[in-house]
Amino acid sequence: MSAELFKKMAQSIIDGDSDVSVELANQAVAANIDPIQAITEGFVVGVNTVGEAFANGDAFLPELVMAGEAMKAAVTALEPEMAKRGTQRKMLGKVVLATVEGDIHEIGKSLVGTMLSASGFQVFDMGVDVATTKIIAKVKEVDADIVAMSALLTTTMVKQKEVIDVLDKEGLRRKVKVMVGGAPVTRDWVQRIEADGYSEDAIGAVNVAKQLMGI
Amino acid sequence: MSKNIKSITNPKVHLDVLTPAEVQKIHDATLNIIENVGVRFPSIRSLDIWEANGATVDRESMIVKAKPHLIEAALKKAPPKYNLCARDPQQDLPLDGNHVFVGTDGCGVEIIDIHTGERRTSCLQDVGEVARVADAMEEVGFHWVALSAQDTPVETRGLHEIKAIWENSTKHLQTESIYNEHEARVAIEMAALIAGGKEALRKRPVLSLMQCTAPPLGHDGGSLDAALLAAEAGIPTGFMTMSAALTTGPATMAGVLAVGNAEVISATALLQLAFPGTPVFYAAAQTASDLRNGAYTGGGPEDFLFGAATNVLADFYDIPLSMGSFATGAKEPNWQAGIENSLSTFMACVSMSDMLLGLGFLHGSRIWSYAQMMMDAEIFSIVHKTMQGIVVDDETLALDTIAAVGPGGNFLSQKHTLKHMRDVFLPQFMDRRPYNVWEEKKDDARDWALAKARNILATHQPDPLDAKLSAELAKMIVAEEK
Repeated sequence: MSAELFKKMAQSIIDGDSDVSVELANQAVAANIDPIQAITEGFVVGVNTVGEAFANGDAFLPELVMAGEAMKAAVTALEPEMAKRGTQRKMLGKVVLATVEGDIHEIGKSLVGTMLSASGFQVFDMGVDVATTKIIAKVKEVDADIVAMSALLTTTMVKQKEVIDVLDKEGLRRKVKVMVGGAPVTRDWVQRIEADGYSEDAIGAVNVAKQLMGI
Repeated sequence: MSKNIKSITNPKVHLDVLTPAEVQKIHDATLNIIENVGVRFPSIRSLDIWEANGATVDRESMIVKAKPHLIEAALKKAPPKYNLCARDPQQDLPLDGNHVFVGTDGCGVEIIDIHTGERRTSCLQDVGEVARVADAMEEVGFHWVALSAQDTPVETRGLHEIKAIWENSTKHLQTESIYNEHEARVAIEMAALIAGGKEALRKRPVLSLMQCTAPPLGHDGGSLDAALLAAEAGIPTGFMTMSAALTTGPATMAGVLAVGNAEVISATALLQLAFPGTPVFYAAAQTASDLRNGAYTGGGPEDFLFGAATNVLADFYDIPLSMGSFATGAKEPNWQAGIENSLSTFMACVSMSDMLLGLGFLHGSRIWSYAQMMMDAEIFSIVHKTMQGIVVDDETLALDTIAAVGPGGNFLSQKHTLKHMRDVFLPQFMDRRPYNVWEEKKDDARDWALAKARNILATHQPDPLDAKLSAELAKMIVAEEK
């Protein structure tokens, strides 16, 4: 009967309904279904469907975000069972995400987080106004593959460079890729601070992250 | 160059975008939001003021909830009319509900270089040069800081920018790029120096301050503290919402208006609670995010409607409005730029928004183009002429002249024609030449606009700022850098 359940799981993601996706995740656990299988054969199918519809111009950003959130909720519900079984979902990479110090602008950063995690990245979203030292500490703590930083002001944008400089000083720069974003961020700026990639929107950010991971 | 400033006044064209009942409904919804959902004020000084006035303050979340009567009573203290003053008093701008003035837009990060045509990072010299060109243009009433002076220290960048503008223009300066207490304090001292003292500044504010809200339903702490300092000094201060449907606002336009209104009137009320009667203005540039990528659009029917609707709200509160128009999302001066900037400006003018922002940008206020600046000015002139409407009286009906020409004649040689021909709009940048003339060079508006800007930049000398004052301003900035 799991085929039926997987179909419902995919549909819950397409509908962007977190309540239903969590309920189905719990049902899978109760029915002793492997959570990894539930994710790959159920929920991910839904994410891919929405992703394709979006790429074709048939779905819009809110649908993509809601699918991402329903996916995240379902995975969170499955996590205790995965821990119990000692299994782990294969992720594309670990991303430490933050809006830099002195800057409270959140939406672009959060959108990038949702898109990255829906695409299979493990995202550590540190929120807004995050000090350089905290970002560096988190990079070390989780052994991050990518640091992604947002800034909306020309006066806070300089913090993106500061983080890169500290990564460099601490000998982490080769290990960690750096992505930057935010309205004032231009190609010129990205080259000047020697970041590895940037995108003007959240969809593009996923492609950049994949490229940086060699995917 | 002309010292005249062009403004729309006594319009004959009107549009009812919201009924009084609809405005009341938006107002009621706004008060409901402020009372029950609350607005975040991450500034100790702001929270203290709210608490002292009986609002409910959560110190942890910094969310303020205020009763309707507190907000309404505070807003009533705001002056309905005042002047934005200029270094040259002839260029003062009456914000009296019967004038529409245009400013330069801001604050961008790149510029299409006027000489090379290459896109590059903006610097301090650009700030001064844009101001100098704007100083020469009758369509420009006041300045915003058009470009970020990215070759100056971050801590005093906003101060370098306003100094550069004062040195290159006699017109009013409204800065949108000072959003912290320490720069605001120095900026006010600089303005006082130019006005001739603190009391003189209060009477003749040569500087005004615009702060952005942090939608949905929030503010930036630095912005609040800067605004409170300005309000204390009697400098006109406004809060701008850029609430965007789908992302920082609901998908529906009425909801976006309510969310943005809650941000703006709560902060405006705060300034009135702290300093009753201080000059304030409403500011807005709502939009709809792009359905596909969430981007800031800088145009589209939603923007046009917000442009017309917001002044109806500002009129309801009886305070002046600074409204975002122009600012196309187009990457080049093209079809999209023409449509977006014309319609947004028309719609904001038709409800008589007091200040319009503004001229000169591409790619959603990010890339400055002198050609776009000139063409935007022409758009304003077209709207200006359109808003004058059709005058119907004996003179304009021209019955005697019509009788004199009779069937089959023409009106070219009539005295009446000679008298009124200059009422007919003469564009600077529209191509009405014969086809074969166009074919020779295939040049167009963009070329002519750029040539005009180059000519102004090469020839226009603004009335200089007293060298002593200039040196004093520099000293104040240096002191702040130590």
